[in-house]
Amino acid sequence: MAYSDKIRNIYTSTIDEIREKGIFKQERYIHSSQAADIEVEFPTGSALKKVINMCANNYLGLSSHPDVIKAAHEGLDTRGYGMSSVRFICGTQDIHKELERKVTEFLGTEDTILFPSCMDANAGVFEAILTKDDVMISDRLVHASIIDGIRLAPAMHDTFKHSDMAHLEEKLQLHADKRLKVVITDGVFSMDGDTAKLDEMVALCEKYDAMLFVDESHSSGFIGKTGRGTHEKYGVMGKIDIITTTFGKALGGASGGCVSGRKELVEMCRQKARPYLFSNTIAPVVVSGVNTVLDILSKSTERRDKLEKNTEFWRKGLTEAGFVLKDGDTPIVPVMLFNAKLSQDFSKALYEEGIYAIGFFFPVVPQGQARIRTQISAGHEIHHLEKALEAFIKVGKKFDILGKTKQEIIAKYGQ
Amino acid sequence: MAFDREMKKFYTDQLEQIREGNLYKQERKILSAQYADIDVEHPKGVRSEGIINICSNNYLGMSNHPEVIIAARDILTTRGYGMSSVRFICGTQDIHVELENKMSLYLGMDDTILYSSAFDANLGVFEALLDEDCAIFTDALNHASIIDGTRLCKAKKIRYANNDMDDLQLKLEEERDYRIKLIVTDGVFSMDGTVAKVDKICELAKMYKALVMVDDSHATGFMGKTGRGTHELMNVMGEVDIISTTFGKALGGASGGCISGRQEIIDILRQRSRPYLFSNSISPVVVGGVLKVMEMIMHSSERKEKLDRNTQFWKNGLQEAGFILTSTQSPIVPVMLFNAKLSQDFSKTLYEEGVYAIGFFYPVVPKGKARIRTQISAAHEKHHLEKALDAFIKTGKKYGILGKSREEIIEMYPISDKL
Amino acid sequence: MDEMKDVVLKYVINEYLEDEDEVLTYETPLISGGIVDSFSMVSLKRFLENKYKISIPDDKATPEAFDSVTKIVKLVNEFLK
Repeated sequence: MAYSDKIRNIYTSTIDEIREKGIFKQERYIHSSQAADIEVEFPTGSALKKVINMCANNYLGLSSHPDVIKAAHEGLDTRGYGMSSVRFICGTQDIHKELERKVTEFLGTEDTILFPSCMDANAGVFEAILTKDDVMISDRLVHASIIDGIRLAPAMHDTFKHSDMAHLEEKLQLHADKRLKVVITDGVFSMDGDTAKLDEMVALCEKYDAMLFVDESHSSGFIGKTGRGTHEKYGVMGKIDIITTTFGKALGGASGGCVSGRKELVEMCRQKARPYLFSNTIAPVVVSGVNTVLDILSKSTERRDKLEKNTEFWRKGLTEAGFVLKDGDTPIVPVMLFNAKLSQDFSKALYEEGIYAIGFFFPVVPQGQARIRTQISAGHEIHHLEKALEAFIKVGKKFDILGKTKQEIIAKYGQ
Repeated sequence: MAFDREMKKFYTDQLEQIREGNLYKQERKILSAQYADIDVEHPKGVRSEGIINICSNNYLGMSNHPEVIIAARDILTTRGYGMSSVRFICGTQDIHVELENKMSLYLGMDDTILYSSAFDANLGVFEALLDEDCAIFTDALNHASIIDGTRLCKAKKIRYANNDMDDLQLKLEEERDYRIKLIVTDGVFSMDGTVAKVDKICELAKMYKALVMVDDSHATGFMGKTGRGTHELMNVMGEVDIISTTFGKALGGASGGCISGRQEIIDILRQRSRPYLFSNSISPVVVGGVLKVMEMIMHSSERKEKLDRNTQFWKNGLQEAGFILTSTQSPIVPVMLFNAKLSQDFSKTLYEEGVYAIGFFYPVVPKGKARIRTQISAAHEKHHLEKALDAFIKTGKKYGILGKSREEIIEMYPISDKL
Repeated sequence: MDEMKDVVLKYVINEYLEDEDEVLTYETPLISGGIVDSFSMVSLKRFLENKYKISIPDDKATPEAFDSVTKIVKLVNEFLK
């Protein structure tokens, strides 16, 4: 060890820089289960405050749903807590295979392989199925974990402008001579809440002989008529070659993710994907919960229907109040504020009103596009949304942005 | 999508190659919780009960310890199942911070940051701390996750021979001019069971002004007098700058990992480490279990001592029976067979005798060093180990290798990586 | 020569500039200026190779050689013979 003053200073000044830029991330401590109502300690050391949570990925309200909790209790009793092993040594239980089968059925694919997280699924999949003779063409706004997976893969990488199909087509032409081509996109983009045009992308992939990869982390369970995901919404189920998704958001929110798709590709991952081979199997207690989540969702669309209604109510309420929203119909509803400091002040004022929602600004979103990102849940009741709406309106009035256009808000607060 | 016949063939051919190269991994389905003995479906459709498991990382027998199960049950009720969020949005509970504090206290470090897995911890640590003006000195046998983490980092990578301090010193001597130098090693090397010379590494680090990082995934909870890890074993507690470890092995075996280290380092990771910022918070039910494990092992080293006794019994038994072991210093006890096919046949026969242990061969271990890797647990009772020993001896006799030297075994089963 | 300059400039503007108001000249530092990252350089190289039917060896495709439109044009011309 030589943790010298020199090294300490290098790191201290880096942290200071982060603080000065105003992008230091502060965590708020939650003293309850994840739900529409939570108890929060913030700032650290202050008394607990009961607030409405408007920023969880708990889209279906299943993170602490009684049926899921019950399943986890039962799972603990019959299949235990941990496995202390990777999958292929002694970490595969019958319930892991059951979950792989259920996901395959739910997504309408050929086969599924579990990973400790969707981050790991994305980090491992490209290296497992591609070589240096191949090319990956990704949307410019895909999730960070996909970027890391791309960085770890030997294939060439290129991008197309966000959801720009003409640009994608140019790129497919440019790389026509590559042995394998994979087009990579998120199903729902987490910062804007817009969806990828999967029908057009499938057509392009067919035309140019490319595979299509979709990360469905912000869609599995609730997008599409029966909640299967963006591919259901666009009528292209069965036509996506690789889907990755997470159990860490709508599907119970504990942990774990998967790659689902063509049988051969899934098998390649089982043989070669490094996070699969070198990291733990998903804990039995978590698997037990997800298995029940999928049972609930396969039986009834009640929860995603409720989420859809909640989302409509929320979008309509905010629009009528005069907020500038990003267009879309997903439960990710960004309230645009443009100015970074305003987004932070707005979030703070909301918290004082008992509403927990986070402000996002550069570099998480592009410069001058600061916002409060709200996320709606089937765990919200109308009274939660009404109270949250009142708080938003009150705070909107305080900062005098209601009914103002983008230009007017920018004129007032700058970019 | 255009997953046509040609693409399908491309992948089918590759899978065929993997099979021909004897690299095809087959999974056995376990029909019970993880214990010293388990119910297994293998081959498909055939159920065997009470198979003794001698290849899990369940070193302390905590994976399904009744107290851990109760703690997980309690947390399910009070803190729920999942958080559906990354840490810094709305995924931090009081229990996450409590676990971080407990880990810091236990490992003797300034602060701790949790990750979804130790794999993710290793994936995210280097890039956040080092840039192209820095250098990483990495042991040749380090875990895959460290390799992937260094691949994502722009710092210069310098490999040194496994646990070879002369080579490390040579490399440190040659490669001096970097803003920050970091030496990284596994604490216990998982294929051999050997322990890194962490004391010597710390000495060299002082001499050459480098940071030291140890991955103690196969050590935390049971190596060293009170189980804190290889830094305790080697008397260098407080001198290691960064420790990464897992909750997926000895500490309950569910999932999750962490980095423990200097205050500023942990502060930076919290702001910049990509798997921390972009992946889920550890689920409350898992955190609840780990908290109980930590409470138990901080309170008493009983389980670690039982593990030590079990390991000693097992090593003595195998050695007295005439098996060749590696120079292991941990509960990882590899039985050397040298020949790849023999390691597979041996594993199969053991299974018929009711013992579950896996044969490893090239490329997982070097050519001609095929082995059965056994891993001892505090969950094993004497009768488990006795039964397993009987099975090993019976199988050893069957293949005529007991009491034979390395050369004699190789003469009987010439070195080959073919199955 | 000038024509090639404009082709490259247009490509870079169309490909990498997010903000339409930003001004790009033949001399604007692309890589050291943070407009093109080292990832995207690969596709830029491929575009040039396809467009001008040349092959640029990897050791010539350095960040320095790609750092402005003028430099890129110079590099392409080296291989055009």
